[in-house]
Amino acid sequence: MIKHLLSMDQLDRDQIDTILETAQSLRQVTDRRMKKLPTLRGRTVCNLFYEASTRTRISFEVAAKRLSADVINFTADAKSSVAKGESLKDTAWTLEAMGVDVIVLRHWASGAAQQLSEWVAASVVNAGDGQHEHPTQALLDLYSMREHFKDLEGLKVAIVGDILHSRVARSNVKGLVTMGAEVVLVGPPTLVPKLPGADVQPDFDSVIGEVDVCYLLRVQKERQADQFFPTNREYAAMWGLNARRAARMKPHALIMHPGPMNRGVEIAADVSESPKSIIVEQVANGVAVRMSLLYLMLGSENGEGMQ
Amino acid sequence: MSPSYLLTGGRVVDPASGRDEIADVAISNGLIEDAGSVAHPDAETIDVSGHIVCPGFVDLHTHLREPGREDEETIASGSAAAAAGGYTAICAMPNTDPVADTASIVEKVWALGRETGLVEVVPAGALTKGLLGERMSDIGEMHRCSAGVRLFTDDGKGVQDALMVRRLMEYIAGFGAVYAEHCEVESLARGGHMHEGERSLALGLAGIPAAAEELMVVRDIALARLTGCRLHILHVSTTGAIEAIREAKRDGLVVTTEATPHHFTLTDSALEGYDPRAKVNPPLREEADRLAVIEGLVDGTIDAIATDHAPHAREEKDQELTQAPPGLIGLETAFALAMTELVAPGHLSLSTVIERLSTAPARILGLEAHGGPLEPGRPANLTVVDPEAEWVVDPDAFRSLSTNTPFAGRRVTGRVLHTFYYGRATVLNGEVRGTVSV
Repeated sequence: MIKHLLSMDQLDRDQIDTILETAQSLRQVTDRRMKKLPTLRGRTVCNLFYEASTRTRISFEVAAKRLSADVINFTADAKSSVAKGESLKDTAWTLEAMGVDVIVLRHWASGAAQQLSEWVAASVVNAGDGQHEHPTQALLDLYSMREHFKDLEGLKVAIVGDILHSRVARSNVKGLVTMGAEVVLVGPPTLVPKLPGADVQPDFDSVIGEVDVCYLLRVQKERQADQFFPTNREYAAMWGLNARRAARMKPHALIMHPGPMNRGVEIAADVSESPKSIIVEQVANGVAVRMSLLYLMLGSENGEGMQ
Repeated sequence: MSPSYLLTGGRVVDPASGRDEIADVAISNGLIEDAGSVAHPDAETIDVSGHIVCPGFVDLHTHLREPGREDEETIASGSAAAAAGGYTAICAMPNTDPVADTASIVEKVWALGRETGLVEVVPAGALTKGLLGERMSDIGEMHRCSAGVRLFTDDGKGVQDALMVRRLMEYIAGFGAVYAEHCEVESLARGGHMHEGERSLALGLAGIPAAAEELMVVRDIALARLTGCRLHILHVSTTGAIEAIREAKRDGLVVTTEATPHHFTLTDSALEGYDPRAKVNPPLREEADRLAVIEGLVDGTIDAIATDHAPHAREEKDQELTQAPPGLIGLETAFALAMTELVAPGHLSLSTVIERLSTAPARILGLEAHGGPLEPGRPANLTVVDPEAEWVVDPDAFRSLSTNTPFAGRRVTGRVLHTFYYGRATVLNGEVRGTVSV
């Protein structure tokens, strides 16, 4: 398949289909009592995390372990070699010297995963690089949408919030456009750039009644401090998904969020727990999609992966 | 006594006199002599037929890193790189550690340059103490000392406060010196890693908008008009900035500017693989801007080609793009890139490129011994190049202590063969000839 997963740009529609279909069959494994497959026995996956992350790191760890891989978690915190000034390149070489097959990298710098892939022989999976991409999040989101809509072609998806600084938005737009969905970006004009293939609509109310999926992004605290919009109160009033807006959504329409949520800002607490919300499903699907990816990436080295 | 040379059969291209003809050139006692009338029994004859004899290049914009970062470049290594690149004079930027904001530091840089003796090292002085933009540095003393500083700049950043700029321009104008600006409004550029546009958006990298440069260019032109100060805009890179300078020149204002080889060669697409070697400030812009730089060089809006040679240690560039410092080295590739990107496609004549690399920058710095004309009795600061030699850029072969160039592996045309500095061969057949004291 592919040696590294750095960006959704790398995947065409067939490859995304294969990842999602494989995830579906692996999902059945995770529903069993005995949840483990022997596929990656003897392989080592390292979760190299330069940014705090709970769900993504645990999701990759669970995925790798269910495939019987050995898992190393390395978090670059105050007690690590990184705090002593070790560079990313040296850290990666150290891990590689210990026989790591896959490095799952979460990093605050855009492009870190791509740079790492040029320094090491191991496969690199981008688990979020700065404001660039978060491809496995996009894959699990596509998987989650497909569980409800079967076909993504023609699906209308609104992504709402801070598009400018969001790696989730960049990866999702690419994945959705590849799969033939229509994407509209909604939010404060200071935070909503024109991404290729997507429309821009600052007026949330004009689109809420038309979309099949309303995908909300987390609003970072510092955006208000940096005056991208006046106040969190105004943000919630203009671009928050509250009960009044949720009531205008199509009957079958879904609410999604990559987490963690700012309840009361981009999403009202009751809305996040409404039947339209599949936020918890997204998390569960993350494990299956990451299993699928590791399975296909490492399997292909043995000649048994996808073409 | 320095050795005598007779360069035979070369094409002499001398923009200062307008000469472009096949002629022999004699060098003796550090001066150019009349090749026809003087016998040179002990002169070393060098056959330069098929090659170009031109005035030595002058770089308005070199970072030598000494004092402070001698692991990245020293005055000696930078001088050797410059000589190898065909230069006979380079202007050393003041953002060293300590900053060149006092007479003692610029004198030291100047003296180390003379001790090395490969090129004229012309120190620029800082405009403000510590480059902080708050208090004037010792401008008068730097101008008056043996280094004779004639160009002042806070390069690396622009002076943000307009009143400070006004005072500096008024003060500097009194000495007949040049106010040179790195044009960038910090509040717009802060945190940016590349040019702001579609590519920065796609790469998820915070951008530096063209407006950050253009606003300061326009401000400085207005203040130069107010104060009568000689203004030089460093490394211009955007369509709008070039247009503003073009208009100011049309109005008769004495403003000059320079552009770098990387800004006429590359665009922000060079960042697509997150290569830290392509991170530079001002950033590589869009194709329209690259073409505007070439157009500016063609019509003379851009007076000079300058390298902004900025050495960085390997470990500093070997990290996340967002962490790597901006800058790339250029002394040993400038001529070849000018030939490859400007002359070969037919944008500029060879003579105009030499004017932009030598005559014009020498005039801006007030260096009478450089930039030609190549006439008997003039100092023998000249360069011989092979305009057709093809080679592949190999940073490991550079004389610079650093290797940070995005041009590694690039095939280029045009090679420096010999450089003569006050009659001494600093480079012969591409080899730098040690350190000679003057």
